[in-house]
Amino acid sequence: MTQALTDAQLVARCRAGDEAAWRELVERFSRYVYAISVQGFRLPEHDAEDVFQEVFTRAYTHLDRLRDDTALRPWIAQLTRNLCLDRLRDSSRMQPASDEELESGGIDEALAAIDDALTVHEELAQLGEPCAELLDRFFARDESYKTIGEELDLPPGTIASRLSRCLAKLRQRLEGRNTASNTSGGR
Amino acid sequence: MSAHSWNEERLAELLALLKPPPQGWVEAAAQLPALRAMLEDLVARAERDAEFRAALVADLEAALAREGVEPTRRVLDELRARLETD
Repeated sequence: MTQALTDAQLVARCRAGDEAAWRELVERFSRYVYAISVQGFRLPEHDAEDVFQEVFTRAYTHLDRLRDDTALRPWIAQLTRNLCLDRLRDSSRMQPASDEELESGGIDEALAAIDDALTVHEELAQLGEPCAELLDRFFARDESYKTIGEELDLPPGTIASRLSRCLAKLRQRLEGRNTASNTSGGR
Repeated sequence: MSAHSWNEERLAELLALLKPPPQGWVEAAAQLPALRAMLEDLVARAERDAEFRAALVADLEAALAREGVEPTRRVLDELRARLETD
């Protein structure tokens, strides 16, 4: 789960036709796109799948239109948001709704939380093993102590304390990131 | 991004927000470049060879299967659109 390339480097490699870089881009943003459509806009799974594939199809097709390579993340977020809204408009044809109504229900708050979640996920990737996998399996994949213990060859009785230590390490990294960001005047 | 005071409870909530999508979705998106190249090749062959084009138009699903491509709705729609415009 290392993040060796920056988003801008990844975009440059994708533009050059590097298929491995494209795969990395998809894997880097797959959870983000999925969360925006399912958690943010509450799309049903079949609509979320269409949005998911369309986001990456458009990203692949229009990558040359991205004016600032460091803005990959907000660009993908905007693509996803627009496609989700299109879906909601299509599904509300029988009962027309305004954009304000479609976007009501705390979507902005949900999207802000998802954005924070991606920041945490990026930092998680830098945390290294076993913490990154342990935290991901327990919190994101909803795996039990028993399953995690079997998969990672850890005594189940030690997992709670490991999770706690790993969360504390993650928090330290994020606080360090905030400090660095404040010192440099933000990213 | 707003300033944060991270705490473990909040971190746990945020970690739980980014669940993995079904692996098949990710795999399909990751294979877009290869799929695009294959579709380009099929369309180019259809432009060069009228017989091949007729067979392709007559049964897209079978043609894709012969090329080793799963004929999903998305792939069929795209190929159909490409053949109509070319």
